[in-house]
Amino acid sequence: MPKPAEVSDGNFETEVLKADIPVLVDFWAPWCGPCRMVAPIVEELADEYNGKVKFVKLNTDDNVATASKYGIRSIPTLLVFKSGEMFDQVIGFRPKSDLKRTLDKALS
Amino acid sequence: MSPREYDIVIAGGGPGGLAAGLYAARGRHRTVLIEKGVIGGQIALTELVENYPGVPSVNGFDLAQTMHRQAESYGLETEYVEVTGLEREGDKWRVHTTADDFIAKAVIVTSGADYNKLGVPGEERLTGRGVSYCATCDAAFFKDQEVAVVGGGDSALDEGMFAARFASKVTVIHRRDQLRAGRILQERAFANPKMHFVWNTVVTEILGEDQVTGARLRPYGRPSGRNTVTGEESTLEVSGVFVFIGQHPNTEFLRGLVVLDSGGHALVDDWMATELPGLYVAGDARQNSARQVATSVGDGVTAAIAADHYISESFPD
Repeated sequence: MPKPAEVSDGNFETEVLKADIPVLVDFWAPWCGPCRMVAPIVEELADEYNGKVKFVKLNTDDNVATASKYGIRSIPTLLVFKSGEMFDQVIGFRPKSDLKRTLDKALS
Repeated sequence: MSPREYDIVIAGGGPGGLAAGLYAARGRHRTVLIEKGVIGGQIALTELVENYPGVPSVNGFDLAQTMHRQAESYGLETEYVEVTGLEREGDKWRVHTTADDFIAKAVIVTSGADYNKLGVPGEERLTGRGVSYCATCDAAFFKDQEVAVVGGGDSALDEGMFAARFASKVTVIHRRDQLRAGRILQERAFANPKMHFVWNTVVTEILGEDQVTGARLRPYGRPSGRNTVTGEESTLEVSGVFVFIGQHPNTEFLRGLVVLDSGGHALVDDWMATELPGLYVAGDARQNSARQVATSVGDGVTAAIAADHYISESFPD
């Protein structure tokens, strides 16, 4: 199972907004400690929701336009997109069970 | 679902819990550390720890990860759930969590403290959308923007100056006319051209729809020499509000079980022992903690040694 791919300002529209399944975007930056705790959980979820939800990550240092477009003011932030629209958000570190609930909601 | 059996359950993965975990695991006790959020607790969000002896300067998250790996190398297990209650069951403890129950001969509570919130309109709604309790985490999103910092202690100045690396202006809003922060920090803050101070003032509301656009301010207490704000409420236009107004111990789940002081801190003896057999409280959650990484580590070690003695005496093989 591949790890969540990096997306950028350049391909956010094609990779996230035009995806045909829900997409979870992990907004992160290298200096963010808690982001390093979220990453392995997102990888596990990517495995468990393989084929049902697409998982990508976006480096907020390198992709300021997208981070600012979605009003990211704190990381880690996970945004769930569905049919090109922002469907849900999880701000800050949350246990895996909470994230699963968010994803299940997006799938129902 | 049947509970999982351990010798020692440690509730909270900050420095105190990690140190207790190291000693408990090295003592060959089957030990699980339960953490509700991020390993390291408060220090995970601290950019630099410069006062832990033997370590001149280290990122708080990295220090916590090192402590965690060290303890796990001796067999410490970790579960990411939240402890919701404790109950005596025979001669052991049953630890309730948001998932499985755990049974333990001894429990070490190192649940630490969480930051206080302002409790004003707009705060909850705009958290993560301009309201923050961690400049180290979020300040980078306020590049060339003006932000406010609420508070007058070490954290307020430390984090305020971190925010000033990115923000064009940082306004410290403090309800008194002098700071509680340490001298060195005060000197640095007053010398920083981006740092501005509004004295004798409190925040009454955080403004903004989806993003913070400002804060409502009100004069607090009696105007004094340094009070530049007089009379009525005013609005400070900022795109971020960083809140550092102290903290409260995470001891709700101990209420009614052990004696807590008026601030919610548990009363323990010199060995971190409560009045109940095999139950210890160490670090920021106990009364009279110095609330330092080094003292929490010391507390955790003390509690683990006490728990080890208690288990040997009460559960002879």
